[in-house]
Amino acid sequence: MPKIIIKDKIVDDKWEVLPKAFLGEPPVNKLLLLPMKYWLEHSENLRLPVLGIWIDSDEEVEDIGEKANMFPVIAINFPSFTDGRGFTAGRLLRERYGYNGQLRAIGHVIRDQLFNLKRCGFDAFQLRDGTDLEEALKSLNDFSVTYQGDANEPNPLFRRDQ
Amino acid sequence: MYQYTENDQKIIEERVAQFRGQTSRYLAGELTDEEFLPLRLQNGLYIQRLAPMLRIAVPYGLLNSTRLRKLANIVRTYDKGYCHITTRQNIQLNWPQLEEVPEILAQLAEVQMHAVQTSGNCIRNITSDQFAGVAADEIEDPRPWCEILRQWSTFHPEFAFLPRKFKIAVSGTEGDRAAILVHDIGLQIVRNDAGETGFQVLVGGGLGRTPVIGSVIREFLPWQHLLTYLEAIVRVYNRYGNRANKYKARIKILVRAWTPEVFAEKVEAEWAHIKGSPETLTEEEVKRVKAYFTEPAYEALDDASAEASLRNQAQEHKAFSRWLERNTHPHRIPGYRIVTLSLKPTGVAPGDVTDSQLEAIADLADQYSFSEIRATHNQNLVLADVKKSDLFALWQKAKVAGFATPNIGTLTDLICCPGGDFCSLANAKSIPVAEAIQRRFDDLDYLYDLGDLTLNISGCMNACGHHHVGNIGVLGVDKKGEEFYQIQLGGRAGTDAELANVLGPSFGREEMPDVIEKILNVYLENRRGDELFIDTCRRIGLDPFKESVYAKNHH
Repeated sequence: MPKIIIKDKIVDDKWEVLPKAFLGEPPVNKLLLLPMKYWLEHSENLRLPVLGIWIDSDEEVEDIGEKANMFPVIAINFPSFTDGRGFTAGRLLRERYGYNGQLRAIGHVIRDQLFNLKRCGFDAFQLRDGTDLEEALKSLNDFSVTYQGDANEPNPLFRRDQ
Repeated sequence: MYQYTENDQKIIEERVAQFRGQTSRYLAGELTDEEFLPLRLQNGLYIQRLAPMLRIAVPYGLLNSTRLRKLANIVRTYDKGYCHITTRQNIQLNWPQLEEVPEILAQLAEVQMHAVQTSGNCIRNITSDQFAGVAADEIEDPRPWCEILRQWSTFHPEFAFLPRKFKIAVSGTEGDRAAILVHDIGLQIVRNDAGETGFQVLVGGGLGRTPVIGSVIREFLPWQHLLTYLEAIVRVYNRYGNRANKYKARIKILVRAWTPEVFAEKVEAEWAHIKGSPETLTEEEVKRVKAYFTEPAYEALDDASAEASLRNQAQEHKAFSRWLERNTHPHRIPGYRIVTLSLKPTGVAPGDVTDSQLEAIADLADQYSFSEIRATHNQNLVLADVKKSDLFALWQKAKVAGFATPNIGTLTDLICCPGGDFCSLANAKSIPVAEAIQRRFDDLDYLYDLGDLTLNISGCMNACGHHHVGNIGVLGVDKKGEEFYQIQLGGRAGTDAELANVLGPSFGREEMPDVIEKILNVYLENRRGDELFIDTCRRIGLDPFKESVYAKNHH
């Protein structure tokens, strides 16, 4: 089973991502991340006990908006690690829509982005193949001080107790 | 000058450690070229034609003698004994070894310097007016706001992978010396009727392939909202900027596609969500930062007698009088002047400065200017607070050290990118063109007769040499592997910035001094009274220049 970092632990990744072009009936006995568009179009008829969705970088988190907390897991896809839209998507889900489930970064994500992803509200990280996950954990704490407020600490440095 | 707190220092040191790790993972093959590229760029490290190039940040151009001495030591130890002042007030090393870059960064951190976000698709060094705090026409000192923006933009978690690079400039004077009209965001400090500070906000200016003058999207942004409003702008850009085509990825393209009005509406809609959030600036924080930019210990000087002795010295020494006229500017405190040290002597790449010159300048700054130095976007260095009574002594020393060429603001004070000699993006060399022009027009009386005139050279359309806003702009182009130079006329920077127009077909390098001479002759024949080059050019249009320059090609 593939591995994933959740919070600061390396664990088995039990969730399966359904491709964007998926059509038909999703299998019922699996933990699935459905494409957001599929869920929006089929939510009336779905009979799945637990499910999550994934949102691509060219999609709007506003489309799920207030409904975010229906999902135990929401994944944001990074088609390339240089596509920075997902950072904004994470912050909006956490800060604007109050999402409190698991927020995972999937796709092409590299270790050097962990610290920023964490600050943008992500708490699960599927790093690109070939990453030494034990070593990568260190990057969750690349910095001990930050200037701006973020998804975990709303106050910028100048408003925090120093 | 801003001094790091313990937190500021910790952030920079942790960045050095992070980059050290990234470099060693890259060298060990754990990071691919493709992945290391944006990581090293965010630390100012390019892989260039001959060697890596390291761009060191000089936030809003401010340096001091300690930093200059450290830089001198670094360029002596890790480079070939010189560095280069860029058109965004930064400093570049042309010959560092990749393996040694982490160590260079560690040494820079010792003097509160870094290379954070000097390249890459992120928010770059915040630039400003080189005369900030001393200019006679200042509304408010822009530097505290620049520092506040530096901190806000440093390692912003959301904006490390924007569609393209993002440049912000702040001007605190009515006459703009910070080129805010050609930045992704330009901020003009203004006061409202109640005397409160705010910002006029411009977006979508820029040079490069598609030069655009920025548009005002907000006439008055109260200072408290500076960070949340900018966060809204950059967030809209991060979400909707073009990521498919890097040549259409700058914010100017988005602003133009949507129109500035629609862009402003999107920003206001996003801002409505975050306005008043904790990122809203507090009076306490602004006061804290402003406290680092208080006046130095100016003396109460007798301006009239200082002026009288200057006049005598100028009468006795013609060379001094030329330098006084061109290389010094009025200061808002009586008895002081601002001195620009020219890094444009003929025969040296414009903006280049050696290790021993850096040390000499540090000594001069200690002795004559409260130990402070500024880098300018015209690629010179400035001593901002020199007593008039010290000018003669300073001039003599500057002459010996090689940076008293009295050409500031003239044709030979040209702006020039490193070009094809160093840069792997360049289509053509720019330094040899600059040198050929400087050699041809080395007669000072002729230069002074021409008066204020900007000549800007870029080795490619990325426009690091700001050729679109030069009175005369030169653009290096590649035609089937050969280097040619296109000429543009009529551009200007500043408050009434205008983009230059292309004169016509391009020229070979050896033709350039003759072509420039013909252009200057057209000006001299047509000018009215003491009309400046740019004004004559705007009045008579391109045709007379075309006729003269292309005459031979049309028979």
